[in-house]
Order: sequence, then structure tokens, then C-alpha cells
Amino acid sequence: MQQIRLRVNGVTYETTIEPRRTLLEVLRDNLGFTGAKKACDTGDCGACTVIINGKPVVSCLVLAIEAQGKDILTIEGLAKDGQLHPIQQAFVNHGAIQCGFCTPGMILSAKALLDRNPKPTEDEVKSAIVGNLCRCTGYAKIVEAILAVSKTL
Amino acid sequence: MKEYSVIGKRLPRIDGMIKATGGAKYAADFSLPGMLHGKILRSPFPHARITNIDVTQAERLPGVGGVITGKDFGGFKRGVLPTTRDEGALALDKVRYVGEGVAAVAAIDEDIADEALELIKVEYEEIPAVFDPFEAMKDGAPQIHDYIKNNMSWECHYHFGDVEKGFKESDYIRKDRFSTGRVLHGFLEPHAILASYDQSGGITVWASKQCPYFLWRHLALILGIPLDKVRVIQPYIGAGFGGKNDSFDCDFAAALLSRKTGRPVKIVLSQKEILTAGRRRHTMFMDIKTGVKKDGTLVALECKAVADGGAYTATGPITMYLAGVMLGLPYRLPNLKFDGLRVYTNKPVAVALRGHGAAHTRFAADVQLDMIAEDLGIDPVEIRLRNVLKPGDITAGKMPISTCGLTEAIERAAQASNWKKRRMRKKVEGSIAKGIGIACHGFVTGERLHPHDYCSAVVKVNEDGTINLLTGATDIGQGSDTVLSMIAAEELGIAMEDVGFSMIDTAFTPIDVGSYSSRVTYMAGNATKLAAADAKRQLQEVASRRLGVSVDDIEFENRKVFVKSDPGKSLTFKQLARIASTPPESKQIVGRGSYTFTTVGPFDYETGEGGASEEYSFGAEVSEVEVDIKTGQVRHVRSVMAHDCGRALNPMAVEGQCEGSMVQGQGQALHEDFIIENGKTLNPNFADYKLPRSQDIPEMKGIPVETITPNGPYGAKEAGEGLVISPTPAIINAIHDAIGVWIRDLPVTPEKILKALKAKKRERNNVVAKI
Repeated sequence: MQQIRLRVNGVTYETTIEPRRTLLEVLRDNLGFTGAKKACDTGDCGACTVIINGKPVVSCLVLAIEAQGKDILTIEGLAKDGQLHPIQQAFVNHGAIQCGFCTPGMILSAKALLDRNPKPTEDEVKSAIVGNLCRCTGYAKIVEAILAVSKTL
Repeated sequence: MKEYSVIGKRLPRIDGMIKATGGAKYAADFSLPGMLHGKILRSPFPHARITNIDVTQAERLPGVGGVITGKDFGGFKRGVLPTTRDEGALALDKVRYVGEGVAAVAAIDEDIADEALELIKVEYEEIPAVFDPFEAMKDGAPQIHDYIKNNMSWECHYHFGDVEKGFKESDYIRKDRFSTGRVLHGFLEPHAILASYDQSGGITVWASKQCPYFLWRHLALILGIPLDKVRVIQPYIGAGFGGKNDSFDCDFAAALLSRKTGRPVKIVLSQKEILTAGRRRHTMFMDIKTGVKKDGTLVALECKAVADGGAYTATGPITMYLAGVMLGLPYRLPNLKFDGLRVYTNKPVAVALRGHGAAHTRFAADVQLDMIAEDLGIDPVEIRLRNVLKPGDITAGKMPISTCGLTEAIERAAQASNWKKRRMRKKVEGSIAKGIGIACHGFVTGERLHPHDYCSAVVKVNEDGTINLLTGATDIGQGSDTVLSMIAAEELGIAMEDVGFSMIDTAFTPIDVGSYSSRVTYMAGNATKLAAADAKRQLQEVASRRLGVSVDDIEFENRKVFVKSDPGKSLTFKQLARIASTPPESKQIVGRGSYTFTTVGPFDYETGEGGASEEYSFGAEVSEVEVDIKTGQVRHVRSVMAHDCGRALNPMAVEGQCEGSMVQGQGQALHEDFIIENGKTLNPNFADYKLPRSQDIPEMKGIPVETITPNGPYGAKEAGEGLVISPTPAIINAIHDAIGVWIRDLPVTPEKILKALKAKKRERNNVVAKI
């Protein structure tokens, strides 16, 4: 067992884990951030995406010990004081959410894109979320929502 | 036409915010103090007798709370019909597919549970297996269930009209064989359940189910307790597509392990388990013979379908029923014969999947219709327009069609896709061949069932003018919670934000059939409308006493309650709610509604005759593809779907269903296929089993077509499942338009395209040689 410190959504947490635990497991099981979803656990679906130091990462393929000393943003850290982040609001308004299981990862992939590239083309948007599977929406309204936010930036 | 204040608006879904913030809890997100983690031991063999199971070592492992096997379920069997209950909770004396659950453990953590699985000693005696349904039907094939000959899981034979006579009257007849692929539901949320049995004899579970009331009954059965002691609480559901209808080994195991250990037990399956051992779509082989008049008018259709059912029957009889009777939609067809055989094989179990049953036979029939159109020199749009069902029609199978917007759907899809111009354009530029194709669909708005066949709702009026809406319906992502809330708000003349929607808790919510065969908006919608109307009537009575006018003189609109004959006299809805709940009225206003199909006559499951539903949706899809004739790659580039949903209660939600269906249909046409060798799935992950991704999607347009059906809530019909039927054949038809070859077996891989192009070239050379 090893004691680690993780900075999640601006708050530092200390927890004891086995070193082989993935960031996804520690976020969900030790720290209670269940917004990151365990869907495939093989890095193929993107439902567990979080942002580490500005980059979207599938947290099921990262060891928690590797994420020490870095800024981790989960979906729970995006809305502030009950105010949705513009990307979250756009997902709601444009019908980009159906079952919602891909939504946290999808929104964080979109955020990482827009932080890096506020005016992406449609192809760039599709490329940024290609690692995030969604079976419900057919992606159209997700792409539409992300492009709508980029217009306001 | 009356202007509605809520209905018909593009309103965001009520659970959008909680899902966007990560606050929505799914089954795997729940935990309880003292909770154990369950795991299931799965069969490594496709077909083997279990001669012994020794769990003693596993039980002795520190941290293990309990171990169970099939024997602990007291002979419990499940299946959709009383005569087809062939599947236990866990395997008993035999395993029939790779991945079948054999035993289950509960331990203090997942690692110990995994270790315990390794300590369970199962002695298997392997026996010959059969994987091909045609082989399985032969005499002498390995018998998967001892009491069932020729592995015939289910068969049905329907004959409407007289096909022999019809073929005699036909000017042109075609016969073709088609087959569908090995397709996964593709929900991202793995099956998950948290079960907590209390020693006084009750159980509470949180489970990822699209029909929580099925599980409710199943748990009462396996635990031998009455229904009031079973509490199923529905969390948010990470989609289902038919794959979460049934109760599964994990559900049964969690419940029994919780009783055995006296502690809550959570089981979350891995995606690998689901892709290896989980339910999937049937693979169906269809021989279709169709006769038409010279002008393309359909006269007769005969279909023999053989379905690969996997090891158990599950919901298979409904699959076969729908595969047969849905051939009666969406075109006029006076003579129809269907012989459906569902055959056991040593593979995972095939069940319902969006477009249930219909997606197979309608794919075959709609592609064949294009073949016929080509043979007769008729435009594909034209041949469809000549055959559409019309309102007032009764199909050969005696399904009454009250509303049908198919003509409009075909015309609007063709127009929006610029059909004429694109069909006539030059096909090949460089190595890219372009094509455009059309196909149509029709589907039940809730399939009728013999036993429990109703949905219900309760509306509770609060003293501050808000309401709580309780239904037994489950939103698996389609947006039904939102639409049901819209219906209640409209009926009571209040705003959407005044409606608190409660997800299922079987201790409080009224009973429902479940979210399958596209029934929720229609049936639960009607129940909700009735419940709201009941509450409204009670409120009108209170208002009539307060305002001194007759009950029928009181109307509700925009959160106001006013007297029709004297609009100056009014109350706010909030004031009325307050009046109702304080002296001298002092009562809780509770409206109740229950809905079952009432306007259609009897239906016969044996003969297939009668209304399969009360209403049917219709629609058309036009797809455009680009085929690279060098590599065989197909790109689905543009897609328009026009769908007759009766009334689009929320157009944004209908579009979302159209778009999701277009992409799911594309997956079935082009990408998705389980590779199975000797019963073992070789691609049990999302890297190798290819769900469409964001870069694969076409440019899409969904067009709601409104026919305002008389019995639907505000005129609505289904907009969930039917839409997935037409994209697949539309893509196949577009590929033919591009390169002149027909692909009859799904999915269309680049190899199949190149092979077909080669064969076509050879054929052309032969013709030239003969000349």
C-alpha cells in the first residue's frame, strides 16, 4: 500500500492505495468522483476521460501514482456555484445528451479541444472526440454543441 | 389547431443538467456499508456437461462471503413464454455457450472475488458443439437441450392471403437469400446491480434495467417472497437498445449472494464479459420470394427465415413474431407467408435489439424491392410510392392502419436529398464511386402482449403548485422522462419546471410493461395524460366550489385557472393547489391513469393475425455513399430520414432518435460484426468490434413527419425503434447504385465489395466472350 496525493478539481486529497490502481479506480472508489465512467476499462471508449494538465486522458490507462503532482480535472469540477460551464450548457441545449454515460468524457474531451483551439473546424471537433464512443446520439448534436460554444469564445 | 404551450417545443431534457455535471448516478455508482463485490465464473467451453463443482476452497479463502452455483436457485427457469422457459439463473448440469455463468462469489473486494473464482473446481465433460443453425437443425446434430429435437428453439408459421395465388397473378418474381450480421447492442454502461437483502425478508436493488418490473417479478420468484417485499430502484440507465430487457446471471447472483451473506452485494460486469457472453442480435438467414405486377405493385411475398438463436430462447419468440408480421409494413402486400425457425446453437443468446425482428426481414425485403425496381426499370422512389400503405388500410395480417405518413416521408426524404439529380449524376470519379439509395420502415408503437400489457402513472399535486409525476416507465436515454413531463405539464396548463419526475422505485411508482418495442411515449404517455386529466378534474371540482361556477366552466392555462364564461374570474394554479390542500378542502390531489390498447381487435400470436400494436410508425431514409473501388472502403456521406411519428412532442428528441438510428444502422451495414470461432468471440473489445465513431458519421438530417394519430398522446406515435430499420437497406441500395453490385450478407466489408466487383468484371468478360 502506498500513500498518494492527488490534486483533483483544485483540491488536494490524500489516500492510500495499492500502486497498481488506475486513476479511474482511485477517482471512483477512493475519492467518490463517479462522474468518470468505467465502461470498457481498456482505453477504447473514452467514458473515463479526465483532463490532466490540460490534456484529455483516459483515466483507465493511467496509474494513480503517475497522476501525482498534476492538475486533474473531472466532470465534477467543471460547473461553478451551480452555474454550468458553457460546454455543459451547450450539450444540454442542443440535445447532445441522451443516456448520458459518455457525456462526462465527451464534455471533457471537448473542453480540452476548445482550451487548445477555440475555433476548431468541424473536422477538428470530430477528431477531438474520436476516442469517445456514443451509441445514442449519432454524434451529430454533440458536434453541433461544441461548434456552437466555439462561436461564443 | 390548438396552440400548445409545451407540446411540440424543442425543450432540453429534464435530466440534461444532472448528466452534464456528472451528478447522475448509474447502478455501478452506488455503494452501501458492508458491501461485498460479486463475480461470476464463466464456462470456457461451448458445450459441456458439468459433472461436479467443488467450491470448498473458494469458500475458505479469507475475505470470501459466499459462493453459489446453479443448484442454489431451486430449479428456477426463465423465458418469455411459459413454454419456453429453458434458461436457469446459472448453469445447472450443462453449459451451452462460452461464457455461460456457472458459479458466483461475493468477497470483500474484487481481487479476492477473482481469486476465489480461480479456486472453484468445475469438472467438465466436453461434448460436441454446433455453431451453425443449419447444421444444428439436422438429425444427429448435437442436441443442446435434451428434450428439444433438432434444436428448434421456436418456430412460427404465418400465412395471410394466398401467396400461391399471388405468385400466379404476378408478372415478375424474384428469389434471393439475405443474411444479417452478428451485432451487439453497444450500450456503454455495463450491466450492474447492487442488491441488499434484509434478514426480515425483503430485498432492495439498484439495477441497470430497461424493464425494472421484469426484475421485480424475477426476484420475487427466485427468493420466494411476495412482490411487496421486492424493491427495485431504477438509477440512470446508460442505454439499453433491448440488451437490458431481461434479468441476467449477475442480477440473480447478486440477490442470492446478498441473502446468503447477509450483506449488500454489487456486481458490475466487464465489457469483455458482455462482448463475450452477453446477449446480442440474432443472425438471420432469409430466403425471400417476391412477386410483383409489371408496374412494381407488390402481389405476394414469401419469406423463410432461420435465426441463429444461441443457447437459450429468451425473448426469441417475439423476435420471430415481429420478423414475420412486420413484413406486412410499410407497403401494401395482399399475400404474405412467413416461416420462421429459431434454432439453438452453442453461442451466446440472441435477443431483442432496436428494430426487433423487423430489422432483419425488412432489410432483406427492402433491398429486394430495389432489385425488382432495377429489373423492371422503375425508379426506387417511384416503386415505393406505388406500394405505400395508406390510412384506413388493413394489412393482409389484419393490422388496421389508422394514420400513415409514408408517402410524405418518401417525398420529403427524396426532396431533401436531391434524389433525382444525385441518382442521375456521373457515378465514378477516379477511384470513388458515388451512389444514393432509399429504404423505408414501419414499426409497432408498442407490441401487444398477452399477459401484463399496460402502463400507468400517478400525478400528485403539491401545495406550492408543483406536481410529482410517478410512472413505471424507464428512460434509457431516449428522453421519455422529458416527454412524459411535457405531457403532464400541457394537460395541467403548468410549466415544465413545475413537474418533478420520479424514476422507478417499485415501492412507490405504478407498474409498467417496460421500455421495449417502442411503447413508452405512446402507452406511458397516454397513462400520464390520463393521470394528469384525473388530477385536473379533481382540481376543477375544488375550483368550482371556490369560484361558484360549474366544473366544466373551468380551464387551466399558463399556470392560471380561469372561468371560461367569465375570464376575469381566475386563480393561479398555485393558489388553487393551496386551496385544495388547506381547510375546508384539506386533501391530497392524486390523479391516476392507466393505459392499455383498447381500439384494436384481438390478435393471435399463433397465426400472427391481428393488430400487433395500436399504431404504427412509418418512415423513409435516403443514404448516400462513396465507395472506393480500389480499396473496397465504403463511406456513408449523407443521410436524410423522414419519420412519421404522429406528432413530434419534442422535435429535438425525434431528431436525436433519427440521428442515432442512422448511425446505428450504418454500423450494422458497414462496420459491426462479432468474429466467433468455435463459439468463442475473438473480438470482445471496442477496438476490434467497431461501433461507429465521430469520424465515421454522415451529414445527417432528421425530418419529423406529423400525422396526428387519434389515439396517441397529443397525436404521437413511436420514434425510437422503427427508425433503425431503414438506414441499413438504404446504404446497401446506395452501394448498388454506386458500383452495380448487390451485397446480400451483412456487414459490407471491403473484402466483400472487392470480391463482388471482381465477380462482376468476370461476368462482363464472359458476356463479351459469348458475343
